[in-house]
Amino acid sequence: MEVLAASGLRLDLDIFDYLILVLYFGTVLGVGFAARRAIRTSADFFLSGRAMPAWVTGLAFVSANLGALEILGMAANGAQYGLMTLHYYWVGAVPAMVFLGIVMMPFYYGSKVHSVPEFLRRRFNNSAHLFNAISFAVAQVLIAGVNLFALALILQALLGWPLWVSIGLGAAIVLIYIGVGGLSSAIYNEVLQFFVILAGLIPITIVGLVKVGGVDGLMDKVRQSPLGDAALHTWSNTGSSDANPLGANWIGIIFGLGFVLSFGYWTTNFAEVQRALSAKDMNAARRTPIIGAFPKLLIPVVTVVPGLIALVTVKGLGAESGDLTYNNAIPLLMRDLLPNGVLGVAVTGLLASFMAGMAANVSGFNTVFTYDIWQPYIRKGRSDEYYLRVGRWATFGGVVIGIGTAFIAAGYDNIMNYIQALFSLFNAPLFATFIVGMFWKRMSAWAGFWSLLLGFLASLALYLAHLGDVIKFNSDLEESFWGAGAAFVVAVIVAIIVTMFTPSKPESELRGLVYGLGGPSTGADVIISGEKVWWRNPVLLGTVAVVLAVVLYIPVW
Amino acid sequence: MAEDDQKRVSAAARLFDVRRVIGGLFVVYGVIVTLLGIFDSPEEIDKAEGVRINLWMGLAMLALGLFFLLWLRLNPPKPPQIDESEEQ
Repeated sequence: MEVLAASGLRLDLDIFDYLILVLYFGTVLGVGFAARRAIRTSADFFLSGRAMPAWVTGLAFVSANLGALEILGMAANGAQYGLMTLHYYWVGAVPAMVFLGIVMMPFYYGSKVHSVPEFLRRRFNNSAHLFNAISFAVAQVLIAGVNLFALALILQALLGWPLWVSIGLGAAIVLIYIGVGGLSSAIYNEVLQFFVILAGLIPITIVGLVKVGGVDGLMDKVRQSPLGDAALHTWSNTGSSDANPLGANWIGIIFGLGFVLSFGYWTTNFAEVQRALSAKDMNAARRTPIIGAFPKLLIPVVTVVPGLIALVTVKGLGAESGDLTYNNAIPLLMRDLLPNGVLGVAVTGLLASFMAGMAANVSGFNTVFTYDIWQPYIRKGRSDEYYLRVGRWATFGGVVIGIGTAFIAAGYDNIMNYIQALFSLFNAPLFATFIVGMFWKRMSAWAGFWSLLLGFLASLALYLAHLGDVIKFNSDLEESFWGAGAAFVVAVIVAIIVTMFTPSKPESELRGLVYGLGGPSTGADVIISGEKVWWRNPVLLGTVAVVLAVVLYIPVW
Repeated sequence: MAEDDQKRVSAAARLFDVRRVIGGLFVVYGVIVTLLGIFDSPEEIDKAEGVRINLWMGLAMLALGLFFLLWLRLNPPKPPQIDESEEQ
């Protein structure tokens, strides 16, 4: 801590920078209180009354993922692994987002569930539901705490604020705007954050590129850096795991990252899916993740590229600790390149992205806690006003637990990494359970529960074996690919075996939840046709996004 | 539960429009940063590698803000509908 306190990262903000920052906080809180007037029912609070247009939910969808940990982490990866970091966007996000919109959203939105766990309850049983609801709720509050702690660390380094001030201030602002304004407030602020974050990152890329002599200059300098030419290719060195900086081969990248990890995250993570569930109709819900995929294609320009710029302009970047860690790539460039004015916008964007991440966690948590834990298992059948009140208290409780987590994280090194790694273990089996359950009507109720549980245990076992050096992997990343793959395979096998020994659910209970079983929205015709107007057709838009992801790879093969 | 969501007047439809918020904030940001850009000292321009980044970003933010306000003007939010004819 002391190292950071006497930080060389300190930014010299002037009164105008602070004005920009204060204006932003004022706007965020104003949105919260304005949104409050529109809340009459619990559905307004938790799902924005299902009234949002697609461009709003689409930008909120991508913004909910554009937390500061993501931005700083991807810039760090850019400096450490070079252009292979692009895989996290073009293989690891876009196809899964498109798949969610085209294939899975008709089930989610069409069945009118409030949450991802609720889908599990109706497709399988209460055990599967409770397992997922509790693991999700716990993950969200702990990760919110991790976000809060990371926010406090960066503010301490950049502005010299003590940890507790940042933790308290960040938590209070998120608490107020979500507790008061609910999901509408979270979504509106996410859309606003999306633009502020970009406005903060774009000048870093522009000035940075000018400094290194444009794109050509950057490439030349990266070739002369320790990473060398390998940092400028995405696929050509992936024949084996040890020939490229990422330490993964193409099979691991496509199946581990591109299929299991990313589909697990994007298609079953309620903090994301919730944005689409708030859309005003089925078509808008389906376009939500697809509209989000387009900015996702281009975000690496303001994350990975600055990472590379930092690699070639900041001497000594890549230290184990202190100011020069990879994670500080973007703050270091802010310090070196931005004059007051855009500097204020960049700091505001960074804070906005921390709040975006935390707000997504908290708004996912309060919904699942209220609809999936409190209402079905603890206090059934109360009035809608009662559950609205529970939701507000859950928001408060979630933020308080987050603060506690932040202070625990402050006391233990690396606990943040373990928390994130642990909860990522839940995602891969989830996707397997969902996809089998959506397309195989015989899959039994108990098969859902056991495939979730055993799939999770499989990836946990590999993770622990990796931590304990029982099994050797080239990198943490390679372990996560294999762990996710193992979880997926185990979950599918368990689903098949358990189904053979336990009764299937009657078809009448599965309408709208399983492919081909009647229901208004899950037939092939709905999934294929969508909308006649081309720019409102999810299948066409989704195809364009995937084609663009492939085309963008060509110059960086 | 699910039917309740549909039957109630969709409250969020009465909500203010987010385009006004984005437009407003970016117009203010654009004006501040553009003005800073006009009066930037040589040291600040040097720091940004000779790029008048405040001026350009300020103008860009101003343009974005005006775009949202214009969009709102040309395509105002529909008045809240009080009906149950959701889907189907």
